[in-house]
Amino acid sequence: MQTAAPFPTLTRNTTERRSTVRVTRSRAAALAAAAVMLSGGCGGSSSGGAKGADADRFSVALTEPDHLTPGNTSSDYSITVLDTLFETPVSIDAASGKPVMRAAESVTSTDQKVWTIKIRQGGAFSNGEPVTAQSFADSWNATAYGPNGWTNNYYFANIEGYDKLNPEKGDPSTDKMSGLKVVDDHTLEVTLTAPFSQFPITLAYIAFAPMPKAAFADLKAYDQAPVGNGPFVLDGAWEHDRQIKVKRSPAYNGERRAKAGGVTFKIYAGRDTAYTDLRAGRVDLLTTIPPASTAEAQRLLGDRFLRTPDGTMDYLGFPTFDKRFANRDLRRAFSMAIDRKAIVDAVYDGAFKPMASLLAPLVPGYRENACGEACTYDPAKAKALFDQAGGFSGTLTLWFSNADPSYEQWMTAVANQLKQNLGISDIKLRKVPASDYLSSLRERKEDGPYRNNWVMDYPSPQDYLEYMWGAGNRMGWENKEFDDLIKQANSAPGLDASLPLYQKAEDVALAEMPMIPLWNWQNQVGFSGRISGVNVTPYSKNLYAISVKQG
Amino acid sequence: MRYAARRLAQAVPVFVVTTFLIYTMVFALPGDPMLALAGDKPVPEQVLAVMRQRYHLDEPLLVQYGHYMLGVFRGDLGETFTGQPVSELLQDRWAVTAQLALTAWVFELVVGIGLGVLAGLRRGGAADTAVLAGTTFVIAVPVFVVGYTAQIVLGLNLGLFPTAGTDDGWPGSYLLPGMVLGSFGLAYVARLTRTSLVENLRADYVRTATAKGMVRRRVVGLHALRNSLIPVVTYLGVDFGNLMAGAVVTEGIFNLPGIGQQVFQSIQLQEGPVVVGVVTLLVMVFIAANLAVDLLYGVLDPRIRRARA
Repeated sequence: MQTAAPFPTLTRNTTERRSTVRVTRSRAAALAAAAVMLSGGCGGSSSGGAKGADADRFSVALTEPDHLTPGNTSSDYSITVLDTLFETPVSIDAASGKPVMRAAESVTSTDQKVWTIKIRQGGAFSNGEPVTAQSFADSWNATAYGPNGWTNNYYFANIEGYDKLNPEKGDPSTDKMSGLKVVDDHTLEVTLTAPFSQFPITLAYIAFAPMPKAAFADLKAYDQAPVGNGPFVLDGAWEHDRQIKVKRSPAYNGERRAKAGGVTFKIYAGRDTAYTDLRAGRVDLLTTIPPASTAEAQRLLGDRFLRTPDGTMDYLGFPTFDKRFANRDLRRAFSMAIDRKAIVDAVYDGAFKPMASLLAPLVPGYRENACGEACTYDPAKAKALFDQAGGFSGTLTLWFSNADPSYEQWMTAVANQLKQNLGISDIKLRKVPASDYLSSLRERKEDGPYRNNWVMDYPSPQDYLEYMWGAGNRMGWENKEFDDLIKQANSAPGLDASLPLYQKAEDVALAEMPMIPLWNWQNQVGFSGRISGVNVTPYSKNLYAISVKQG
Repeated sequence: MRYAARRLAQAVPVFVVTTFLIYTMVFALPGDPMLALAGDKPVPEQVLAVMRQRYHLDEPLLVQYGHYMLGVFRGDLGETFTGQPVSELLQDRWAVTAQLALTAWVFELVVGIGLGVLAGLRRGGAADTAVLAGTTFVIAVPVFVVGYTAQIVLGLNLGLFPTAGTDDGWPGSYLLPGMVLGSFGLAYVARLTRTSLVENLRADYVRTATAKGMVRRRVVGLHALRNSLIPVVTYLGVDFGNLMAGAVVTEGIFNLPGIGQQVFQSIQLQEGPVVVGVVTLLVMVFIAANLAVDLLYGVLDPRIRRARA
């Protein structure tokens, strides 16, 4: 989906980055209070809210969400909240990476192009409205409708009629996609523009959640106070930059029934502070322990520290439209000259995994050593291949953004290794402001290798390969064989049949190496002794499964 | 009264020029804020166009600024890219920063002057040396070191204060960050008070007062200290503005959602209306603080009061 910092400091949005009391009183009061505090009157304020009505409630550290409308946010923080408030047609089983039915009863197709989604009977929104096929159609149409300007618009691009809602010029003539047909209250027929075997997996994404009729009366108000069909329901107003409270929904009758009475999302502007609060017992769950604190967290938290897989990958992309990087052997030489393990150990305290594959390990179809020799650190071979490819003259500029300090650290290490192993003497680091990074790449301003990051949307090889190496990719790389293989895989008769074809496509991309795989992110989760049942997966934080220990 | 009115009238052109300058600066930042919001996924041009239009980003600077000012006069300060009204945001955020700044200010005022008097009266003594050494240390150490250390030691290890956030309300959540934020100013206040007091204690009028047989407390409290406070008041006045504006680091460490954090984020996101709104209000605070200082001079020193009349 987009480039993201691990727990971006001080930013609100997912893209490369990331945002408490009222009423002043008199000075006399301030002095009096100061005196009280100095005399020790303030101890014991460290319970995460474990008293009275809050006894069955736990807290989760979060960054301020940008939006709370399922179609209008792709940020992890927002999705953490929305995952409690909404239920998508399917969710992903963490062990197999396969879809599990949730709001849907079944998702079937005979030709991978026309899909029939049966909606589970008896589901309801927290305002009492039944969840029907129409609730899904309404939500999807609103997200795909260009003039709404919602972030997840693009997720509907492969549904027939999407282009009518997003014309090149002028206003759309309709606000409904022709490819969505409500057959009856519990049957939705979706026609895609081309066969797409991965469609059921994509339905786990938050953009495919339903919305009630009431939402469309005032979408702006709905964004502040969403009504969903999930295991939790909002409990009071969204207090911006402070907290969002949700409580168990009485209307929910699905399989994710909430174990705890409620969840308080406490908003932090930086992960370091959130981590300090976790240590102080002021917040119960933190899913983004900073890599720098890994060793300490392991020691302090013991079995309350977990490392969970993540779909996010870092790559080093080449501007192949620049003729200096047009030789694939040169690109492969770069790859072999980078010691991924040493960098990950030094910069991320070993928390990230060196990769020899374009796909993250949790994606079905992942092969541990898909890349082979080209991703194995071998300075001698790298140098030989580099010289054979004609070497590199002039200044080598390495591009990255300032969204997180670790980017500069690892890019510096890459620069040193290239210098040492390939003998490229003139290397410059180009640090671009986060807000300008993606637009620079989009305009192809980069004149050297750049940091590329991918946050998985859904666990399918297609989500990596087609978006990053497919038509119109950032590297300017064109390969007909690759494109054809992706097309074949997309129209394969099922998920399992598609995998070998995606793997073939991956082989092509690795042989050509327009973008080098570097490492795969890991999440570091810590929680307090108050809660149990923590099960953070790459697809969901599964907050419904957490219970608060009593007594 | 007329003096105060004239000073306030000066604020109007300052307001117009500030808003324009800030707007221009945010406008001049590189990058497309809408693209940055969208992330890595391709965004249809249509969607980008809608967003740009919504925030007038597709228009030239002067037109954008015009839209903003028109809104301001209608009482509408615009909204953030996530659709939150700026006025609402400012209200919440200012409350936090004002409480923090006030806590810090009172801390540096009371403790700073107290230490300064203590050191000044016992010049060369142990207390004086201690204050001198202590304040040098505080000035030398960067605020984030003081902040993190205080948070870990006093908050986490000793549990004397909440580590972060505003859950405990005022004053609980604000004492520690207030002291951290005020520590720097405190050092200055203490030193200013001390130096100024030492000088005044040697002045003729103090000797006269003592010679008249006035008790020491009255000599120091009424005559020497009152005169010594003029530079201190100047500093405290300006510093109140600094405390409001300079709390970025402290707010970050202690997770207080004040205006410092907000400005930092909004500059990154290139949210013109937010930056302009916050900075303009900051300018107003500076103007008000300066005015208050000028008026206070009159109270402390009758000569200044008479010269103005």
